[in-house]
Amino acid sequence: MTTLPTAADVLDREFLEVRAKILQVAAALDRIDRASGDVQTDPRRQQIQRGLETLLASGDGRAEAIQLGFSRPYEQDWQQAFFPAE
Amino acid sequence: MDYFDPHIHMVSRTTDDYETLAKMGCVAVSEPAFWAGFDRGSVDGFRDYFRQLTEFEPTRAGWYGIQHYTWLCINAKEAENVSLSREVIAMIPEFLDQPGVLGIGEIGLNKNTKNESIVFQEHVELALKTDEQILIHTPHLEDKYQGTRMILDMLTSDSRLNRARVLVDHVEEHTVRHVLEAGFWAGMTLYPVSKCTPARAADIVERYGPERLLVNSAGDWGPSKPTAVPDFILEMRRRGHPESLIRQVVYDNPIRFFGQSRGFRGVPGDAS
Ligand SMILES: [Zn+2]
Repeated sequence: MTTLPTAADVLDREFLEVRAKILQVAAALDRIDRASGDVQTDPRRQQIQRGLETLLASGDGRAEAIQLGFSRPYEQDWQQAFFPAE
Repeated sequence: MDYFDPHIHMVSRTTDDYETLAKMGCVAVSEPAFWAGFDRGSVDGFRDYFRQLTEFEPTRAGWYGIQHYTWLCINAKEAENVSLSREVIAMIPEFLDQPGVLGIGEIGLNKNTKNESIVFQEHVELALKTDEQILIHTPHLEDKYQGTRMILDMLTSDSRLNRARVLVDHVEEHTVRHVLEAGFWAGMTLYPVSKCTPARAADIVERYGPERLLVNSAGDWGPSKPTAVPDFILEMRRRGHPESLIRQVVYDNPIRFFGQSRGFRGVPGDAS
């Protein structure tokens, strides 16, 4: 019979990996800041900022929320827009 | 563990890849028709491609004991050319009775345009008329959520459609729930860049359970890993999941879904 890992087991396994990924993000943001020019108003930079804020939320829906933050909005009435006569 | 890769573009892979897949436990593959990296110029270009999918690929797979299945369509990237798309859709029935053809796919959306949606619906119409199953491609990155919702709108508004005979591929955290709750099958694509990782696919199985969920590599001519399904198997084992659960996702589920196609002839070594 197999037993599923506890939160401590998962943390043991993921710790170094998460640490490395946070460092990569930090270094990439530093690199953007160090380069010439300004991208503060670039929508992609703003998406990244919102993504980072989503990471700080609690609960287990972070991945889904981040995905939605990087998605174009869905308009329910797209069919009327494409096919107005019907 | 024996497994079935339900979405892999073997025409883009080498014969060595077939050998590696066989050694890793792959007993069957299903290959949807897709974009060749360039837009084809004529219906005859597609006819030749369908011959490759239905004649040569099954032969090449057979050299390594792998059962090869396929799906036919003109993909969303080429659907902007509506007149060519209609010629291809009219030609597809020539191949529907070839051994190993499982249905119409991978149809879908790419940039979520009007022409793409027209060609998508005409493919669905063909599938309904010929009683074929459907395999669907959902867009990537920022277009995925919108495109998946649009596809579900088109499918769910058609009461003739049996949702248990439709597989919606490339689902991720923000789209899988919509697909499963509407009663469709869902496929997770494991890609080294930009798409779902084995760990995130395992998270989705833990969250939603294994019912109607599949895992594929979508190996093609771009950066991709044809052995991604064994990576998923390993990830599930490392988390302590029972073999029966893993087997359901990588073997039993594909056989259950594909078994609904009249072109399905089982997998090597399976008595059922
Ligand atoms: Zn594909």
